[in-house]
Amino acid sequence: MHEMSLCEGIREIILDQARTHNFARVTVLRVEIGKFAGVEKPALAFAFDVVMQGSPAEGARLEMIDLPGQALCYDCGKSVEIDDRFALCPLCGSAKLMPQGGDEMRIKDMEVI
Amino acid sequence: MCTVCGCGDTAVFDGKRREELLPFGHVLARAPAKHSNGHSHDHGHDHFHDHSHSHPHDHTHHYGLGAAGVSVPGLSQARLIEVETSILAKNDGLATANRRVLTALGALAVNLVSSPGSGKTTLLCKTIEMLGDAPLAVIEGDQQTSNDADRIRATGARAVQVNTGKGCHLDAQMVGHAMDDLKLPPHAYLFIENVGNLVCPAAFDLGEDAKIAILSVTEGEDKPLKYPDMFTAAKLAILNKIDLAPHCDADLDAYEANLRRVNPTIEILRVSARTGEGMAAWIGWLRAHLAAKA
Repeated sequence: MHEMSLCEGIREIILDQARTHNFARVTVLRVEIGKFAGVEKPALAFAFDVVMQGSPAEGARLEMIDLPGQALCYDCGKSVEIDDRFALCPLCGSAKLMPQGGDEMRIKDMEVI
Repeated sequence: MCTVCGCGDTAVFDGKRREELLPFGHVLARAPAKHSNGHSHDHGHDHFHDHSHSHPHDHTHHYGLGAAGVSVPGLSQARLIEVETSILAKNDGLATANRRVLTALGALAVNLVSSPGSGKTTLLCKTIEMLGDAPLAVIEGDQQTSNDADRIRATGARAVQVNTGKGCHLDAQMVGHAMDDLKLPPHAYLFIENVGNLVCPAAFDLGEDAKIAILSVTEGEDKPLKYPDMFTAAKLAILNKIDLAPHCDADLDAYEANLRRVNPTIEILRVSARTGEGMAAWIGWLRAHLAAKA
């Protein structure tokens, strides 16, 4: 969706971290992307390379970690893990699931030098 | 990037070429970077590391063997920094600041999201008319033109147009700046008409009290299933242009069923901004939510 904006957010965070932790380069950046975050991973990888030019993360390797989708079932009241938005509750078969987790877009950590 | 001075020339260091040039991990000693500004970090002696280290010894100091291939006093080499920060942390922080301002004013902000052409601006003009003297202001988001803000201003309401340029959504910073310009009075309504787009605006918190998805009956009953993110994020869906339903075989119950399929808690109002049908319920919704913030 807005992978370019996300990468601009990543860049800001990296610049902040570079000031705080005094490093020159990021070699690896690990991000966690939830199943329902709406992030297109190839688009994020492409935008990452473009947006990081001229920043400490230029040329860094981007690793994306998938996080599962989670939902609350309004019929059985349990929190369940689901693969797609229209999955039925794996416990009771209900379709009344409210997504609760899986929309994460988070920088987990980075390797720096 | 040059690992010593940080300049941004990567020509020498990408991929395989780096391996060929730098068998011992030295970045700069054997392969001076081709800096675009014409300087390099070459120096006048060779490095030899062609012996194996099968025995322990304490007589040699090797610098620059780490990942960076250099040694810079005061800078350690590879480190892992735990960040654990949302990529949208900056936006979320600004949204929180907007929300604080709105709460202090007892103002209600709604973020109107939809596809282009669902009737947001017409709905808004009618809403402004029906709210009469209530203090209100509008932030209009579009890629280009001030047409929508002009339409809103024609009703007598104050409006700020935000052109996002290439951007596909409003963000909290744009809304914060627009709020600074608008200087909202206490207990005002703030209508934020987002860029017509059912994808990106779902993820960007603007500091609003509620996202309201507007869906016109000409768009197809399965639209909530096609764009679930937005309808999951919305508190209320307005099914607009219901006066057209008989002309385009729209099944309003199917719209509602699909909305509830992606969001079991969504509230739904059936409205025609053109004929006024259902508008009273919408105005009632707004008044109740504004009262709740007082």
